[in-house]
Order: sequence, then structure tokens, then C-alpha cells
Amino acid sequence: MAPPSRFGDKAFEWLTLAMAMAVVLLVILIGWQLWRGSSLAVQKFGFHFLTTSTWDPVTEQFGALPFIYGTLVSSFIALLIAVPLSVATAVYLTELAPLWIRQPIVSLIEMLAAIPSVILGLWGIFVMIPWLRDYPFPLLKRFFGWTPFFSGPIYGTSMLAGGIIIAIMILPIITSVSREILRSVPNLQREAAYALGATRWEVTRIAVLSYARKGLFGAVILGLGRALGETMAVTMVIGNTPQIAASLFKPGYTLASVIANEFTEATTDIYLQALFEIGLVLFGVTILVNLIAQLLLKTLTTTSTTRAVQ
Amino acid sequence: MKPLKFRRKTLALVLLAGMSATASAQMMINGAGATFPYPIYSKWFDEYAKVDPSVRFNYQSIGSGGGQKQILAQTVDFGASDGPMSDENLAKAPGKLLHIPTVAGADVVAYNLPGNPALKFDADTIAGIFLGQIKKWNDPKITTLNPGVSLPDQEIVVVHRSDGSGTTYIWTDYLSKISPEWKSKVGTNTSVNWPTGIGGKGNEGVAGQIKQTPGALGYVELIYAVQNKMPYAEVKNAAGEFVKPNIQSVTAALATADIPEDFRFSITNAPGKDAYPICGATWLLVYEQQKDATKGKKLVEFLKWAVKDGEKMARDLQYAPLPENLQERVLKRIHEIKI
Repeated sequence: MAPPSRFGDKAFEWLTLAMAMAVVLLVILIGWQLWRGSSLAVQKFGFHFLTTSTWDPVTEQFGALPFIYGTLVSSFIALLIAVPLSVATAVYLTELAPLWIRQPIVSLIEMLAAIPSVILGLWGIFVMIPWLRDYPFPLLKRFFGWTPFFSGPIYGTSMLAGGIIIAIMILPIITSVSREILRSVPNLQREAAYALGATRWEVTRIAVLSYARKGLFGAVILGLGRALGETMAVTMVIGNTPQIAASLFKPGYTLASVIANEFTEATTDIYLQALFEIGLVLFGVTILVNLIAQLLLKTLTTTSTTRAVQ
Repeated sequence: MKPLKFRRKTLALVLLAGMSATASAQMMINGAGATFPYPIYSKWFDEYAKVDPSVRFNYQSIGSGGGQKQILAQTVDFGASDGPMSDENLAKAPGKLLHIPTVAGADVVAYNLPGNPALKFDADTIAGIFLGQIKKWNDPKITTLNPGVSLPDQEIVVVHRSDGSGTTYIWTDYLSKISPEWKSKVGTNTSVNWPTGIGGKGNEGVAGQIKQTPGALGYVELIYAVQNKMPYAEVKNAAGEFVKPNIQSVTAALATADIPEDFRFSITNAPGKDAYPICGATWLLVYEQQKDATKGKKLVEFLKWAVKDGEKMARDLQYAPLPENLQERVLKRIHEIKI
């Protein structure tokens, strides 16, 4: 028998390296293209682009602050709603649910992911918004109306509605990934905890969730990435008003939405460049948020290991 | 095995059909731009294929901004725009660009009130509402225009388009003409910095928002309001008459508006007695000097056909055709295209 050829190994290594590099190159190219496309606007508005709130295509004054605010707030609301729901669903599906019920639920969740964004948006306008306006929003106002977050008139179309629709859209991905992660927790972990006399809740909390913490965090970051870039459905329910308002009942606007809304009809150079710069900002915000999340993950895991050792 | 064989056969047929289609397409004329006239343009291209089978049209409805950009970059044979090009953009063109008006449409004031009563508005009221100065339905300015209609003590929820659009261009062009305050504070564009209201994406977004929100008021294209059976208001025109928006009143606006030689006109607030005040046209953009002689010739033939015969199809699709006097002027302009 001939000795196994090293060439195959090498070729495989190169191939995968090339693929990985292609992804990196793609990101760099996108960044560069956005930078190039917005150079005039960057020069003209400078740092003010990030700190001013006027978006006026007529006088060509452009500031991105309300859009940055809207993107961050709507994504945050979405995570606040979607993370507990998704993780709880994943825990139920892996730890508690009887076998026969698991597959149907998983299929349904995956179907949710297959609904096109624009359909979800239309459903948002015609079904979700009227319902939110008539039932949950007045309740929120009654109990929490004294806080600035739930004050003012209720139109339905709002930052909160935008957050809720994003939550629906990122639920499937966080749930699926969380489920896979929980499934990969070795059974030994659970058995060990049971052997120590732990209750079911204690097993889930100590042996499973805590073990899978890092992976679950990854699932959340994946969801967050999608939330930041979600466009179509959000545009249809958020109200598209560039303002920074404390009340979540007020309409808002996101970075992705303004691009989708205004790119096709932007006729002047500086207007188009400003929209490109919005893309650049979104690119930057996404990278920044991911970096912060990674850092958070690092500190979280290191402190808890030290605690565990102590 | 049978189904497989069958599939192969169909596949072969489909391939053949595809090949023959490309083989017979001897000439492809490319265009891009406005979305508002897309339904009638595609109808024209379809019908024209019967008149001259040697020409095929490829039209991408990417928006007026894209249409202007592409014709300036000469990546298409004609552009299309819902607003006339600015002097600034025209100056960038490598040759003289002609504006060829094709059809017109209207923006209607649509609303959602209990019982949906028929309402009337005038210029001051519309401007006041969109500037955020008239906030309630029972404001005296609205009630005096609508005697006999009981209007609720309810907040007016203003809805506007959030996406850049020709509809918004017409709307803001009208407001700028009738309200000096609007002109100085907001201005005219495909999207503007709105003083008040919430934004809906597309006609469907605005219509949905209005239908779902009690007390809402906004503007949508006439076709859209008709198809969705939404109530819409009569508006007082420059001659002091209340006019219902429809194809006749839009054509009346076209016929009475002052139309300059270069066809970069605005027909909002037209002086005619029967003219609906909030309407606008849409244009094709072509170079006066065509680069490719054979293609240019075919394009000119198509344009002539569109103005002579194509206009007759406008009404069925709820567009207002050009009035005869304007058709003649446009034909003359088409004759000026040099091949």
C-alpha cells in the first residue's frame, strides 16, 4: 500500500483557508465600498452626522442619530422579549417536553422562520397593530403610564410594535440554536446533578443552563445580528419618524428602514451619499455591538469560572 | 420511468421555447425608472410587441432616482421619472435630455372616520393639518367647510409616505404652492422632513395605516383609493370650486396648467374650473441625439405610437391621458429626436 498522500490534506487546508479568507475579504470589500460611496457625505457632515437629528432631503441636512437610536432600541426590545421566550422554549423542548410533542413544535418554529419579512409586515399592519392598540397597549399605559416609556397617545404604529415584530422574527433562530446547544450538554451533567439529589429545576439551572451559558450567549448574538439588520417588516410597523422619544408608543425609525425607504428615489449626490453613510453606520454599529457582546461574554465566563473555583 | 421521460421532454420544450424567444428578440431597448407608471408601461410594451415584433422592451421599475441616474450614465436607452429632472442633474447629462410626458395621476386625501362621511377640504386646511397646526377633527377650519357633518373631538392622525415617491413629490409640490409656510419650512421633494405624522411604506402601507387607525388622514394615489374603496375628499381648486379627483379632473388639470417648452412642468393647483388641484405627470427621459441609429429609430417609432395609440389605454388602468393639445406638442418634440 502506498503511503497516504499528503497532497490531499494540504489541498483541503488551502481550500478551506481560501473560503475563510473569501468571507473576510467580502466584509472588507463591503466596508470599503460603503466608505467610498459615502466619502462626500463623510467630508461634508463629519462627526455631526452621528450626533445631529435632522434628516431633511430638501435642504440636504443629514443626521443619523434618531436612526441609530431607533435601531438600538428596537433591537433591545426585541431581545428583551425574544430571549426569555426562546430559551424557555428550548429548555422545554430538550428537558421537559414529552417526545411526541417535540417534533411538531420544532417544525412550527422553523416554519415561523420561513415567513417572508414583507408578509410578516403586512400581518403586522392589519392584525398585530390593531390588536396591540386595542388591548395590550392601553393596559401597559394604565399600569406603567407614570413612567416616560409608556406615556402619550397610542397609535399602534410605534417603536414598541417594531421591537415586537423583530422579536417574532428572531425567535426561531435563537430557539433553534439554543435547542441544539442544550442538546449538546452531556447527559452525564444531568445525571450527576440528579445523583446529588437536585430537583428538576435545579438540574436545568445548574447542570444544563449554566453549562451551556456560553453557547446560549452565542445564540443571542446571532439573533441580535439579525435584529439590527431587519428591514422590511420593521419599516411597516415602526412609523418611520426620525425622532428620539422616551415613550415606546411613539413612532421611531431604524438605519435599515431609512435606506430601504429612500434609496430608490434619492436623486442628488449628497442625498445618496448620506444614505450610503447610513449603511456605513449600520455596518459599524453591528460590528461594535458584536464586539461589546464578545467582551461581555468573556468577562461573564471568566468571573463565573473563578467563582466556581472558589 | 415514465414521469422522468415526460419531465425530460418538458425540459427540452422549455429550453427550446427559451432559445426561440431569445433568437427572435432582435433588438432589446432598455429602460429604467419610475414605479408609478409601471402598469401602463408594461401594457404598452406588451401591445407594442404586436405592432413591431422586432423590438423587445426591458423596463426595470427601480424608482425615479434610479431612472435619472441610469439615463445620465447612459446605461439605459430611456429613463423614466415621476418628477422632472433638476437643473443640477440635467447639467450632468452628456447630451441634451428631453422630457416626454406620458400620463398623469392624482393624490387623494383619504381618511378614516366613523361612518366615513363625504368631506371637503381646501388648501389652507390641508396645509394646516400637515404642518401640525390643525390637530383635531372638530377644528373650526374643517367644520366650516363641512356644514352638516358631525365631526368628532378626536385627534387627527396624519399618515404620509415614508419611502421616497412620486406621490410625495406631487403632494409636497402642491403644499409648497399653496402655503408659503410649507415652502419655507419643508419644501418639495420625493421625501421630506415631515413636521408631523407617521410614515407608512408604499401606498399599501399608508392605506393600511389609514384603514387601521380611527381618525387617520393621509394621501394615496387615486388608483389605489379607488381599488381599495377608500373614502376620499373633494378639494377646493384654484378657481374656488370643490372638485372630486378622477380621470376627467386630472386631464382638466393637464389641459389648463401652464406647460413650458421643455415639458418640465408641474400641474398642481392648475387654474381650470374643473381641474383637481393635487395631480402630477410622469415622464420618459430620452436623449435628443441618439447614439445608436437603428435603436434610436425604433425608440422614436415606439414613442410616437405611445402618444398616438398608447394614450387610449390609459383610462382603463386609471391613469389620466394627455389632453389633445399636449399630445400634439409632445409628438412635435418626438420628431425633434435626431437619429
